[in-house]
Amino acid sequence: MPTYKLKINGVSKKIEATPDMPLLWALRDDLDMVGTKFGCGIGQCGACTVHIDGTAARSCLLQVSQLDGKEITTIEGLSPDGSHPVQQAWKEVDVPQCGYCQSGQIMTASAFLEKNPNPSREDIRSAMHGNICRCASYNRIENAVVKAAEKKMA
Amino acid sequence: MSSTIATGFSRRSFLRTSSLASGGMLIGFNLFTACKDNVKMPVDISKLNYNDFNAFIKISNEGMVTLFSPNPEIGQGVKTSMPMIIAEELDVLWENVNVLQGVLDTKNYQRQVAGGSQSIRFGWDALRQTGATARQMLVNAAAARWGVDASECSAKQGVITNAKGQTLGYGDVVKEAAKLQIPISEGAEGDESKSENPEFKDASAKEVAGKVKLKDPKDYTIIGTDTHNVDIDEIITGKPLYGMDYKVDGMVYANVLRPPSFGQQLESYDDTDAKAIPGVIDVIRIGAKGRGLLEKNRGNWSVKLGDTDKVVVIAESTWKAIQGKKAIKATWSNASEMESTESHDRDLIALLDGTEFTTLRKDGDVEKAFKEADKVIERTYESPFLPHNCMEPMNFFADVTETKVHLVGPIQTPESGAAAVADMLGRDVADVHCEMTRMGGGFGRRLYSDFVLEAAEISDAIRKPVKMVSSREDDMATGVYRPAIKYRIKASIKDGELTGYHLKEAAVGGNMYGLIPNFFPAGTLDNYQVDVASYKSNITTGAWRAPYTNFLSYAEQSFLDEIAEALEIDAVQMRLDLLQKVKGSEDERIQYSAERMEDVINLVVEKSGYRIPKEGVYQGFSAYYCHNTHVAEVADIVMENNQPVVKKVTVAVDCGIVVNPLGALNQIEGGVIDGVGHAMYSDFSFENGMPTSKNYDSYRLIRMREAPMVETHFVKNTLSPTGLGEPTLPPAGAAVSIALKKATGKRIYKQPFITSLLDKEIIG
Repeated sequence: MPTYKLKINGVSKKIEATPDMPLLWALRDDLDMVGTKFGCGIGQCGACTVHIDGTAARSCLLQVSQLDGKEITTIEGLSPDGSHPVQQAWKEVDVPQCGYCQSGQIMTASAFLEKNPNPSREDIRSAMHGNICRCASYNRIENAVVKAAEKKMA
Repeated sequence: MSSTIATGFSRRSFLRTSSLASGGMLIGFNLFTACKDNVKMPVDISKLNYNDFNAFIKISNEGMVTLFSPNPEIGQGVKTSMPMIIAEELDVLWENVNVLQGVLDTKNYQRQVAGGSQSIRFGWDALRQTGATARQMLVNAAAARWGVDASECSAKQGVITNAKGQTLGYGDVVKEAAKLQIPISEGAEGDESKSENPEFKDASAKEVAGKVKLKDPKDYTIIGTDTHNVDIDEIITGKPLYGMDYKVDGMVYANVLRPPSFGQQLESYDDTDAKAIPGVIDVIRIGAKGRGLLEKNRGNWSVKLGDTDKVVVIAESTWKAIQGKKAIKATWSNASEMESTESHDRDLIALLDGTEFTTLRKDGDVEKAFKEADKVIERTYESPFLPHNCMEPMNFFADVTETKVHLVGPIQTPESGAAAVADMLGRDVADVHCEMTRMGGGFGRRLYSDFVLEAAEISDAIRKPVKMVSSREDDMATGVYRPAIKYRIKASIKDGELTGYHLKEAAVGGNMYGLIPNFFPAGTLDNYQVDVASYKSNITTGAWRAPYTNFLSYAEQSFLDEIAEALEIDAVQMRLDLLQKVKGSEDERIQYSAERMEDVINLVVEKSGYRIPKEGVYQGFSAYYCHNTHVAEVADIVMENNQPVVKKVTVAVDCGIVVNPLGALNQIEGGVIDGVGHAMYSDFSFENGMPTSKNYDSYRLIRMREAPMVETHFVKNTLSPTGLGEPTLPPAGAAVSIALKKATGKRIYKQPFITSLLDKEIIG
């Protein structure tokens, strides 16, 4: 089996895999980084969202062979200690219910705010539309993104 | 309401204390026993081995409090709110409290049972007693040290103060407190004054035992304050918390190929291609052992997922197991009828048209009322099957060895899951150990242990630690579903009054049960009848968040709105008028309170501005009681580009004392949006015994842009708290349906609403 080098959260990792192995499963099963969640496997729910060179992407649809030279950021690497403004906003608003989808929500929100640091509520609702929260904590997700934007601006 | 009301709980039936070798005091109790008061505790604590305790309060010599909670957490927040109740009565600062979940502590935690939606309601008295008893023991210990009467001492925020103003911290007296007799609570009955436990035979104990008194709600400093989810730091940093995240050395992964259609049996399979995939370890056949076990255990529902053989791919990783499963070529035979939505519709209507009903409640004579009426209205309401769609797909870990069975994973009912596994494998249930992880949603799906049985059967076959993991398609297309249901409601009007109400239910695989027939409008009408009928299906049905009422509420509330229209009276006023008739009723079957229903109705009308017409905003009103909580909602709909948009839902809730407002609001907002989403958008149908949707590309769940803002108002009182996980969901779809009528001029009789609106070309 070929070997692939993945740069994850600033650290270079080697994995043996077939070329079509999704990044999601490389992270979860091979590298024991389980913060990135499996929800649907077809890019429809957003639970597996990571950043590739700073852009939100679905790790269930990314193959390990496509990621050479890319900077991959997962929820574990968003901040060393949960201090990222989006994580702090999530905590202050107390967003999660079951919590399973929330790392994907946080990754989508954090990439979005880098590109649109001063969004309207309508912008936020559009940006977060691709991430399903089955507990429907949508009001709090929206409020937390508003709060995170304020924190980043401050 | 008195705060020192007799609870009927015997604390000694669930409470034991001991001192810790390392210093400090350990109070052990069984949280679920505490909530049920029906499990006998052994007398001698030294022989307990902690098997009968599943929760502990540890108070260290430094006065720090650790609460070990065994409670399954599915997102309803009880891991935060239940410890809050103990900490309140113990009277400590919340920041000095650390809550730990005993998920992986095999020594201390056994026999864990899911709290379910009734956790707070059932736990309220016992949890307060537990905290208050511990506080009193600490006070008694301090009083003994000072040589004063315990009644001259008080405790606040972890500090005990006597009449002279001297103070001692909890940590200063834990050692002595641990040796004291457990004191008696005011008003409680059934306690003996002397412990049988040798450890409590302290001569001074009887003299210093002050009585336990519960706090007056006006003195609460923790209950009623916004308290953050105790797992928040782990969730926002992606720490392993869920069953999907669980892993041990040497563990392999399994993905199960189940029949694509309900009613099929496995004939044969070819695993050549699957075995050729690198990382696939083995392919095995299971199913022989689990047959019939689930159906036996499930009563009302037709859960029988264990009834056919299945093919299992064992692999080194989840992905390889799923890939391997896709490469299996299996042949299935039709062992039964291949059902479809068309056949369900036909058979349910035949049931409604027929006479084979069970009567759940009958007041007066509805037929006579219909005969004598000026006008009779009859409507039929229809709903599809619904999958639960927990974001975390079903999964479970099992390690079956010669001598023991170790199970770990997300389940709402670990005790019955472990019992079913013991039954299947012919093991003593004492050798089956089941631990719970945090759950990525439940909604009723994790009440059933089909996935636990599969994991155990696989591990038994290969004798390795294994994690059975489902894909989304497995979950959605071979799972358990809310049954498709149709209601037919008929009512009579005479002399401008509602005189008769007859509700018939036809369901696939199980009917409404329990107390539901005694919810509103039962008791408000002289002639009232509820009849149910169902037929057996190959499709597995089960409880789904707010069972039955999740759809019944819409049918009934929408119907009442139509009645109000026919009577030419205001829909809200009609509810209030009906409620007058049940006040002072001596009918003990009636479950709701007319007064509390009035309170939520009046509150939601005021807060939503329901009486004030708003240009372009269409408001729908509903009021509902279920799961012991009274709720009224007003949904605001606007039309944008000829599409209905639910902008806002105003909610009034009477759940008694709100233990954790921050958590309570989250439950309410989630319940409302979930209710709006499934009523508006979620459709699920069958063809040839097979679901037509298998993943989120063809199944619609509500998303951010469709989610209304939810504005919540609580009725403030000091009544005992009731649950919030479910009761705000049923009235949401109801309020939306009525707002849609106002927005479009048309009534909708079938869920999901968006499909009905498009089918009838009401919207483009």
